[in-house]
Amino acid sequence: MIETHSVTAPNPIVQVRDLDFYYGSAQALHGLNLDFPRNMVTALIGPSGCGKSTFLRCLNRMNDLVDGARVVGSICLDGTEVNTADTDIIELRRRVGMVFQKSNPFPKSIYENAIYGLRIAGIKERAVLDETVEKSLKGAALWDEVKDRLHQSALGLSGGQMQRLCIARAISVNPEVILMDEPCSALDPKSTARIEGLIGELREEYTIIIVTHNMQQAARVSDYTAFLYEGVLVEFGLTKDLFVKPKSKQTEDYITGRFG
Amino acid sequence: MNNYWRKGEPFIWGTAAALSLTLLLAAVLIIVVMVNGLGVFWPSKVALASLKDGQQVLGEIVRREPVYEGVGERLQFKVGNRDLYGLDFRWVDEAAIASISYPQQATVVERQEYGNFIGLLQSVQAEGLPTAATPWERLQAARRLVVEQQEGAEEQNAELAGLNIRMERVRRKLQKLAYAGKTADDEEMARLEQRRREIDGAFEQLVDRQASRIEELHRTTATFAAIDGSERVIRVADMVRCFRPNAMSPGQKAFFYLGKLWELIFGEPRESNTEGGLFPAIFGTVMLIFVMSLFTFPFGVLAAIYLREYAKEGPLVRMVRIAVNNLAGIPSIVYGIFGLAFFVYGIGGSLDRLFFPERLPIPTFGTGGILWASMTLALLTVPVVIVTTEEALGAIPSGVREGSLALGATKFQTLYRILLPMASPGIMTGLILAMARAAGEVAPLMITGVVKLAPALPIDGTFPFVHLDRKFMHLGFHIYDIGFQSPNVEAAKPMVFVTTLLLVLIVLVMSSVAIHLRNKMKKRYAYRTF
Repeated sequence: MIETHSVTAPNPIVQVRDLDFYYGSAQALHGLNLDFPRNMVTALIGPSGCGKSTFLRCLNRMNDLVDGARVVGSICLDGTEVNTADTDIIELRRRVGMVFQKSNPFPKSIYENAIYGLRIAGIKERAVLDETVEKSLKGAALWDEVKDRLHQSALGLSGGQMQRLCIARAISVNPEVILMDEPCSALDPKSTARIEGLIGELREEYTIIIVTHNMQQAARVSDYTAFLYEGVLVEFGLTKDLFVKPKSKQTEDYITGRFG
Repeated sequence: MNNYWRKGEPFIWGTAAALSLTLLLAAVLIIVVMVNGLGVFWPSKVALASLKDGQQVLGEIVRREPVYEGVGERLQFKVGNRDLYGLDFRWVDEAAIASISYPQQATVVERQEYGNFIGLLQSVQAEGLPTAATPWERLQAARRLVVEQQEGAEEQNAELAGLNIRMERVRRKLQKLAYAGKTADDEEMARLEQRRREIDGAFEQLVDRQASRIEELHRTTATFAAIDGSERVIRVADMVRCFRPNAMSPGQKAFFYLGKLWELIFGEPRESNTEGGLFPAIFGTVMLIFVMSLFTFPFGVLAAIYLREYAKEGPLVRMVRIAVNNLAGIPSIVYGIFGLAFFVYGIGGSLDRLFFPERLPIPTFGTGGILWASMTLALLTVPVVIVTTEEALGAIPSGVREGSLALGATKFQTLYRILLPMASPGIMTGLILAMARAAGEVAPLMITGVVKLAPALPIDGTFPFVHLDRKFMHLGFHIYDIGFQSPNVEAAKPMVFVTTLLLVLIVLVMSSVAIHLRNKMKKRYAYRTF
């Protein structure tokens, strides 16, 4: 039996209690208990297939799209239970934004990409749209590079720019939490550095939960780190503590590169 | 040698050979059609052959082939003058010919009926023409005069047609009232009867005027002599063209060629479709494909969206998918029979009983027409659109879909804002395939509304302008009709090639336009990662 640690963090925005995830009859997550502190960056680390992404996708109910997926347990966003049948998923996803592993801009102009969230919410005022584009692109540190070609296709951007556009798109609707699923795994080191810098800035306004494979990245960008192994939360704590003196042997083995 | 087999050298050769063979066959087909089709309208020389027994043959040399069981070759002359000789063609052994010359005076007259007349111009009978001129010049002047007079006659024809339609409307209203139990002393009935008499009167007058006009037209004639000496008087009004090919310069011939092409594309057919133009058939073909697309496109796309996006994946959906794929394998005649039974007799018959009882027993929608033919073809092509649309939707990276949903978009918003635009090139491909398939179908059309000769186009100037109940002509059926059902197959042969060429061209033009559109969409929505 793996020893689990449940850590309550100060001022939590997302509280997860006894979360089980089943895919068909196979259980992928086992009784997770975890708090995500507000305006902090929390990194989820663990070997491939440990359930990091699955866990992340529970938080904005993206798993609803998967046939045969079942989530049991409690997820509270700002004190409100969101893992119920009558939760407004549209509203939830507006409050919990997401950035994916592979950048996925829509085949539209940069401008239209940045305001997609507003468009689907039915906002049509030109001034609001223009303002949001500028604000979110600046927020994603992309504005200076694209301000002269806002109406060109987003597919003409470089990989790093595309990923930053996806971040801009996510923050355009003013979410409370941003989920990032290995946002830098397909990028070169320079683009990665820019995105990491950006994550540090975004933390002022948003709560960020980031899945990463890269131990150094987790150490660099996060305030808290959670280590998952085979669907179980092994350890959760301040990043500086977890990386320096891990409580669990497994965590130590993993972060020192002995397995995973 | 071992290496030779291991690298799969013979296999590579085999693949190349298979491709070349397919291309070669297609190319041969197109080339045969083009060679035979493009040359049809070039005016060929008229040869005068003097035979050793003193006979003379005047005509175009069409073919040359070895004599059956003998030496030498024989020539096929197109001698025309079907009304005199009964046949357009005559075979002459080359050995029997003493000499061949190409007299400048030899004249070919393209007539409204009986095919071409080939002979020599004797004299022209017409009033008010300069007498000093040569018969040829007089003939030209006479033809100009007649063309002017005919234009007036056309106006009268249009007027007559208009009266006809009004009369038919009044008759139908009367019938409707009669069905409703009104008797002759009813006020409305009396008013309509009165109108009917008025129109009848105007009609009679117009017919009389027309008759006298035609009589006048027919007074202008020209006398020709065939090569065997027999004379023939031909009304100038019956001449479509009149030319002396041996005296024509290449420029004149090219002009003549273009004139014939113009007639082909914009003219009406003559002589049980073996001469004249193909306009009604071209129009029918294009309109059929368009109306079919109107049905097949929305239905196919909607069905595919449901199958791919909304239906829960399971045995039922898989079965539906297999069934849709198999629909494409049903012989098209079966669709035709279904169309006849379901659309024509079922829906059309019911529509007639409900809305047009006064016209019965003459059917309005209860008979083959362009609407039913289009719907039958739509049924035939809808599987293609469903399959390609489903594939196009399936090929969209799931990241894009999730990206939209993660921003709080509903499934429907994702579909119409992101997925459909991205799938549009694929959907276009389906439509192109469907259109190409529809353009080539003949069998189902034969029982759902195609005719040999349609009296009117499905779109014209009479209210309500678009007549989807009308029968129509079709290039594919035209090929079958003139190639195999014509009384004069030999004379119709050139037309078969020309029609085929035209059908191929139309399919080419329509799919080029569609492919161009698709490429534009592709450029806009193509999804490249990195």
